[in-house]
Amino acid sequence: MKTIKKSRTRLEKAHISLRVNGESVEVAFAPHKTLLEVLREDMGLTGTKHGCELGECGCCAVLVDGQPVLSCLALGLAMEGREVTTVEGMADGTSLHPLQQTFAELGAAQCGYCTPGFLLTAKVLLEKDAKPSRQEIKEALSGNICRCTGYIKIYEAVELAAARMRGEQAEPAEETIYGRQ
Amino acid sequence: MAGSNGSGRKNLKVIGKPFHKVDVKAKCTGEALYADDLTLPRMLHCKLLRSSVPHARIVKIDTSRAEAYPGVKYVLVGKDLPTSFGALPVSEDEHALCIEKVRFVGDPVAAVAAIDEDVATEALDLIDVEYAPLPTITSMQEAYDVSDPRIHEYGEDGNIHRKQIYEFGSVEAGFAAADYVREDITFYEGSTHLALEQHASLAHYSHDNKLTLWSSTQDMHYLHRHLAQVLQIPTNKIRVIATPCGGGFGGKCDPFNHEIVVSKLAMILRRPVKICLTREEVFYCHRGRHPVLMATKTGFKKDGSITAMHHRTILDGGAYGGHGVASTFYTGILQTTTYQLPNYRFEAVRVFTNKAPCGPKRGHGTPQPRWAQEIQMDRIAEQCGKDPAQMRWEQAVLPGHVTANWIKISTFALREAIDKVVEGSGWKKKFRKLPYGKGIGIACSAYMCGTQTPIYWNKMPQSGVQLKLDRSGMVTIFCGSAEIGQGSDSILAYCVAEVLGIDPFDTKVVTGDTDLTPVDIGSYSSRVTLMTGNAAIQAAERAREFLRQAVAEKLQVPGERLVFADRRVFDGENPEKGMTFIEAVWLAESKFGTLGTVGSYSPPAAPGKFKGATIGPSPAFSCTAAIAEVDVNPETGIVTVERIWIAHDIGQAINPVLAIGQVEGDVYMGLGEALMEDMAYRGNRNVVMKNPSFLEYKSPTTLEMCDVVTYLVGEPEPNAPFGAKEAGQGPQLPVPPAIANAIYDAVGVRIDEIPITPDKVLKAIKLKAKGLEGRVGPTVFPTCPMPEAIVVPTPYDGGDGKAIEDKAALAKK
Ligand code: FES
Ligand code: FES
Repeated sequence: MKTIKKSRTRLEKAHISLRVNGESVEVAFAPHKTLLEVLREDMGLTGTKHGCELGECGCCAVLVDGQPVLSCLALGLAMEGREVTTVEGMADGTSLHPLQQTFAELGAAQCGYCTPGFLLTAKVLLEKDAKPSRQEIKEALSGNICRCTGYIKIYEAVELAAARMRGEQAEPAEETIYGRQ
Repeated sequence: MAGSNGSGRKNLKVIGKPFHKVDVKAKCTGEALYADDLTLPRMLHCKLLRSSVPHARIVKIDTSRAEAYPGVKYVLVGKDLPTSFGALPVSEDEHALCIEKVRFVGDPVAAVAAIDEDVATEALDLIDVEYAPLPTITSMQEAYDVSDPRIHEYGEDGNIHRKQIYEFGSVEAGFAAADYVREDITFYEGSTHLALEQHASLAHYSHDNKLTLWSSTQDMHYLHRHLAQVLQIPTNKIRVIATPCGGGFGGKCDPFNHEIVVSKLAMILRRPVKICLTREEVFYCHRGRHPVLMATKTGFKKDGSITAMHHRTILDGGAYGGHGVASTFYTGILQTTTYQLPNYRFEAVRVFTNKAPCGPKRGHGTPQPRWAQEIQMDRIAEQCGKDPAQMRWEQAVLPGHVTANWIKISTFALREAIDKVVEGSGWKKKFRKLPYGKGIGIACSAYMCGTQTPIYWNKMPQSGVQLKLDRSGMVTIFCGSAEIGQGSDSILAYCVAEVLGIDPFDTKVVTGDTDLTPVDIGSYSSRVTLMTGNAAIQAAERAREFLRQAVAEKLQVPGERLVFADRRVFDGENPEKGMTFIEAVWLAESKFGTLGTVGSYSPPAAPGKFKGATIGPSPAFSCTAAIAEVDVNPETGIVTVERIWIAHDIGQAINPVLAIGQVEGDVYMGLGEALMEDMAYRGNRNVVMKNPSFLEYKSPTTLEMCDVVTYLVGEPEPNAPFGAKEAGQGPQLPVPPAIANAIYDAVGVRIDEIPITPDKVLKAIKLKAKGLEGRVGPTVFPTCPMPEAIVVPTPYDGGDGKAIEDKAALAKK
């Protein structure tokens, strides 16, 4: 028989200030919580998803000070004074980020569950490199798993968004939309 | 000719165009709410205690310490939910929580509802379960050998769940007419869906005694019925809402323990109760690909034409029935749908083992026999000295064919598909001509668009759609289908918009809610586009008639001259004369009162009349040809798939960009199963699953995924909405055998079991270097006594679709 457990002493809530999606906020939460849990449970930002909560799937990626971070592996407490961006903060005011637009256009989001993680990871890639090669895109996104798309439409959406962000009047290739003839 | 479902229509404005999906912006912005994103006031959290042993009697469960733990509201055990259930009526062998026995590591035995997840998790440690261990059954062979203890008290005998045996025509005569006969034994390992979203459910029981369950499910209609059965409350007191599903692939088709448990807890406590499974628990829910061992004996002539096939399969079903009886049928019944096959015998056995239960995964039961058939076709071609692409082209099923087992094929562009990939890949310049280590291989397949019968027998439609039109100009489409990422919500909008001449985004699609939406039996069997599409078209055409009459009267134009397009209704001979769509709705609402229409779909009757004849037939069959080009490193055995060319007969794509997305997803999943995915157990150590995590269960990342060149081919299918056939499952099937055949072309070895891991390739290369057979794969096929076959004469030998026994019985009467 296992030893009788006493009720765990509940620690007092932690209270931090940070910036989330461009706004200063304060939040109180149980101090053992991950950033993923704080965002979803204490701030109502459920756009950030989870597929493993062990740092293995990339679903929960958010940006901390502009860098992709697996929110299931980051402690909420470590976010004091940091700048966090989630999928809810990707759009620029009323207009979608070009990546959100191209993911929608090309069906790069099927079930959509992996999508927030891919969008944020790709956003950082395009901020660093305006014209990444297909291989560079693959490498940048290799920590994000998608079980629906086979990744092809995701690459094509990243490439299309990159072209538009460079100011080109880019349209998807015929083959992307109708297949090879 | 234009069918009533628009399958031959020209001048399409919406169909065939790359509109974005109606729900995709919500999914790209975080607005879409999946099951675990939902919270309700006073909500409690649930956790399940799962068995730590693979096979045991439950001697005692003591929940008193857990109940006393601060924050715990209730502890539920098996006897609180005594009614059994299961996906199929023939195998209702599950309980929401185990009562007398546990059957695999992960089988749930108790559930805790508590104020938060942490308290619920901690309380699980305080539930004392005493187990009396039983010997375990860990393999097909053991299931054959050990009849005591039985994992279940039902089934054929011992640990054999199900035997099926059919003979169409005479394989003996077919083999006698053959120039060659060969038998190959092959194995396809089990794999799991690994949908990104962990299963989650939220239940609420209101003070007017109505239960609402939000759940990540593909089949809310069946779930609705199972909840009523187990909770013992009427279906009209239960509302099931299918939340946007973060990936299904068949893994969210079964009714699950956790869905029933949170419902029961919500009823007991009258508080909302939520559960979200951990990733490890998702592996225990499983219901994925059955491991299947196959022996395929085929007779053929020198030109490669097949005279007979005798195909035997054994399925390792895991601990429960689930959809397994259907899976068993599917390891054989579609073997006749790709190539001409005049005589066919099929024997299948499904066994129980103490592992997580298997079930339907993308292609349900069919990728395994396709694998066996397509790697054998490669050998047959070699034996006949024929090009395997050319031989497949010659033997391909043609449109209008009726198979030996009475499956009617309508449109079927397999030859066109083969031509496309052969040309696109440069096959003729590459096959058997690439340098050592580089190879190319081909495989084909066919797949159904929905099945003849629903899971429980009834004469009601498989799919229903209701439309509401009103003075707002909004057209609301209600349908019970479940959007699992495949785009089923959008298909409804596109079909209705095309018929009514409006923009798809002028509609509102309401799906997956048993209180609001007419029944559709669920997202499985590649049935949704065909069936909900046909129902939607019927409802929209009925609505168009109301508008047509009202507008014709107003404009004094004959109704048949009116055209519905570009958000207008106008005289086709004088397009100026007309009105906007919304004005047409006002007129119709004024003339007829409140506007609403319905549409339904039931598949046509199957031509076969023998027992089991309704499993396999489908309103339409898609088909696919795939060519893989690979690089095999002979030093390491590592296989890199460089590119796959794939041509899929979809009929007419309702939305090409979404169809291609499905095909690419199929290639991806086929690649994963071919090279790495594996539900692995430690047979000798407690039958525990080896790799229940994203890290240990290998699946392709961006770095393993190959390039894909997709061709959509075919003619509009008359039985399908605007001619559209399926794309979500069929294109996966030829991918693993195409890769295996390419490996043979590259290094001259045959790997006859999935997954093709580097160690197997290396072993085969070494065997070959020693002058032995360069092959890795199973060599023995265990047998067990089989009953008499159901013998059915084929259409080619004058059969009428009935079995011979049936005739004898009829004569006696
Ligand atoms: S949930 Fe964080 S990586 Fe999977
Ligand atoms: S879109 Fe479903 S997992 Fe990527």
